Amino acid sequence: MKEHKAMQENTQRSLWQEAWRRFRQNKMAMVGLAFISFLVLVSITTLLIDFFTDSSIYNEYVVKQDLFSRLKGPSPEHIFGQDEFGRDILLRMLWGARYSLFTGGLAIICALITGGILGALSGFYGGKTDTIIMRCMDVLLAIPSMLLATAIVAALGTSLWNVMIAIAIAYIPTFARTVRAAVLTVKDQDFIEAARAIGCGDSAIIFKYIIPNSLAPIIVQATLGLAGAILSIAGLSFLGLGIKPPTPEWGAMLSNARVYIRDAWHVTVIPGMGIMLTILSLNLMGDGLRDAMDPKLKK
Amino acid sequence: MHKYILKRLLMLIPVILGVTFVVFFILNLAPGDPAAIILGDQATAEALAMKREELGLNKPLVIRYLNYMSDLVQGDLGVSYKNSIPVWDQVIERLPNTAMLAVSGILVALLIGIPIGIISAKKQYSLIDNVAMVFALIGVSMPNFWSGLLLVMLFSLTLGWLPSQGMGTGFGPLLKSLILPSLTLGLQSAAMVARMTRSSMLEVIRQDYISTARAKGNDEKNITYQHMLKNALIPIITAVGLQFGNLLGGAMLAETVFSWPGLGRLMVESIKSKDIPMVLGCVILMATMFTLVNLLVDIIYAFVDPRIKSIYKKGR
Repeated sequence: MKEHKAMQENTQRSLWQEAWRRFRQNKMAMVGLAFISFLVLVSITTLLIDFFTDSSIYNEYVVKQDLFSRLKGPSPEHIFGQDEFGRDILLRMLWGARYSLFTGGLAIICALITGGILGALSGFYGGKTDTIIMRCMDVLLAIPSMLLATAIVAALGTSLWNVMIAIAIAYIPTFARTVRAAVLTVKDQDFIEAARAIGCGDSAIIFKYIIPNSLAPIIVQATLGLAGAILSIAGLSFLGLGIKPPTPEWGAMLSNARVYIRDAWHVTVIPGMGIMLTILSLNLMGDGLRDAMDPKLKK
Repeated sequence: MHKYILKRLLMLIPVILGVTFVVFFILNLAPGDPAAIILGDQATAEALAMKREELGLNKPLVIRYLNYMSDLVQGDLGVSYKNSIPVWDQVIERLPNTAMLAVSGILVALLIGIPIGIISAKKQYSLIDNVAMVFALIGVSMPNFWSGLLLVMLFSLTLGWLPSQGMGTGFGPLLKSLILPSLTLGLQSAAMVARMTRSSMLEVIRQDYISTARAKGNDEKNITYQHMLKNALIPIITAVGLQFGNLLGGAMLAETVFSWPGLGRLMVESIKSKDIPMVLGCVILMATMFTLVNLLVDIIYAFVDPRIKSIYKKGR
C-alpha cells in the first residue's frame, strides 16, 4: 500500500518538480547555481553590514585610500592584492557584487514585465495589435542592444538608475518576442478552449492558463538575458558611462586598472575574472534550465 | 530572386525611418540646453535665444525630426557642438575604420568558430569536443574588454610582438595593429558560432539522408560538407548575422581598449562632451550598418535555402 502510494507520487510529480530533478543532475548547472547563490548571499550580507554599521566598514575599508601600498600584489593579508589607491581588492570585489547582480536583475525584471505584457497581448490578440506591437519591437531590435543602451545613457545621463533603465529598455524587444512565441504555441491548445468553455475571461485565461504554461522558455531567456545585462552594465561602466568610481563596480574597477596594466597584473585580472565567472555561471544555469525544461529531451 | 531582394530592400525603408526616429527622440530627451553647451557659460541670454532659434530648437520635436531627415537624405547630419565641423565629414572619416574592424572580427568568428563546431559535432563527446566546448563556454562568458586587456598583457607587454594601441599606417603596420583588436572583437562571437555550429550539425548528423549518402558510398568529406554543413547552415547564418550586432556594440569597447580611431570611440567621446548631433550620427550610422547586414543575411538565406528561393521563382 505504502509502495503504491510512493509510486503514485512518483508519477504525479509536477512539471516543475520534474524539471528541477533533471536540473539537479546537471553538475555544471548546479555549480553555476551555487556560484550565483554565493554572490546573492555576499550582496545581501554586505548590504546588511552597511545598514547596521552605517557604512562605516564600507568607508573605512572599501573606498578609503592608502597610497603607501598602492598596486601591491597578493599577500596573506590581502589575498587579491591592493588596487591603484591601496584598497583591498577582495573587499571591493565583495562589495561590488551587488551592483552587477541587483542592477542587472532589476533591469531584467523590468524588461521581462514590460516585454512580457507586450508579447502576451501581441500573441493573444493577434491581428492589428500584433502587427503594431511587433513592428515597434522590430525597430528596437534593429539597433544593437549595447548601442541602444549607450544612446539612452547618453540622453539620460550616467547614474546607476539610468543604466538600469537603459538596459531594461534595450532588453524589452527580446522578451516581447520570446513571450509572444511562447503564447502562440500554447494559445490554440485544447485546455484553453476548455477554459473558455467554462466561461473564463481573457485576463483569467492569460494569467491562469497561458502564462504558467509558457514559462519555460521565458525563464531560460531571462537567465541568459541576465548574463547579457550584467555584461552590458560592466561594459558601460568600463566606458565611463555607467557606475562611477569610487563605487566598487567590477567594470569600473577594470576601467581604472587599464591605466596600470604595465605595472600590476592583478588589478586587471581579478575584476575581469569576477565578471567572467558570473556570466559563465549564468550561462551554465541557462543551458541547464533549457535542457531540464525541454520536453523533447524528457527521458 | 530579384523580387525577393527588392522586397527586402523596400522593407529597409520603414526600419531605417523607425530607427532614426527612436534614436532622435531618445537623444532629444537629453537634459541641458544645446545652445548653452555650444556658447559656454559666459553667453548672454540674448545670444542663447538667438542660437536656439538658429538651431531650430523652438520648433516642435516632430518638425525638427522631419527637418533632420530631409537634411539626412542629402548627407547632412548637422554640425558638431564641440568643434563646429559637419558631423557627416567626421563620421564618414571614421566609418571605414570601424567597418574594417567589424569585418575582421566576423572573419575571426567564422574562421575559428565554424571549423571547431564541425569537428566537435563529428567527434561528439570525444576529448576534442569536450575541450573545445569548455573553451567555447568560457569564450562566450568573457567580456571582450577584459579579453582585450589580457591579450595586450600577453602579446604586447610580455612578448612585445604586437602594438598595444593605435592604428598603424601602411599595409604591414596596419595589419599588425589590426590583429589584437579583431581578436578581441571576434573571439566571443567565435565561441558563440562554434556552439551554434555544433548543435546545428548535431541536429543534421543523425538524419536518414546522411545514412543514405553513406550507403551510396560518398566519401566522408563530401558527406560532411555537401550533406551535413549545407543543411546545418541556416541557423549558423542567423547566428552570425546577430553576432554582427553584438560586434558593433562591442566595437565601442574594443576601440576604447585599443585607442582605435573608429565610430564607437568617437561616440563614447561625444557622449562625454555632450555632443548630441555627433552621437546621433554615430548611432544612426551603426544601426544602418546593422540593418544592411541583416538584409545581406536575408539574401544569403535565399541562396542557401532552396525553399525560400522557390517561393519567389513561382511568384514571378
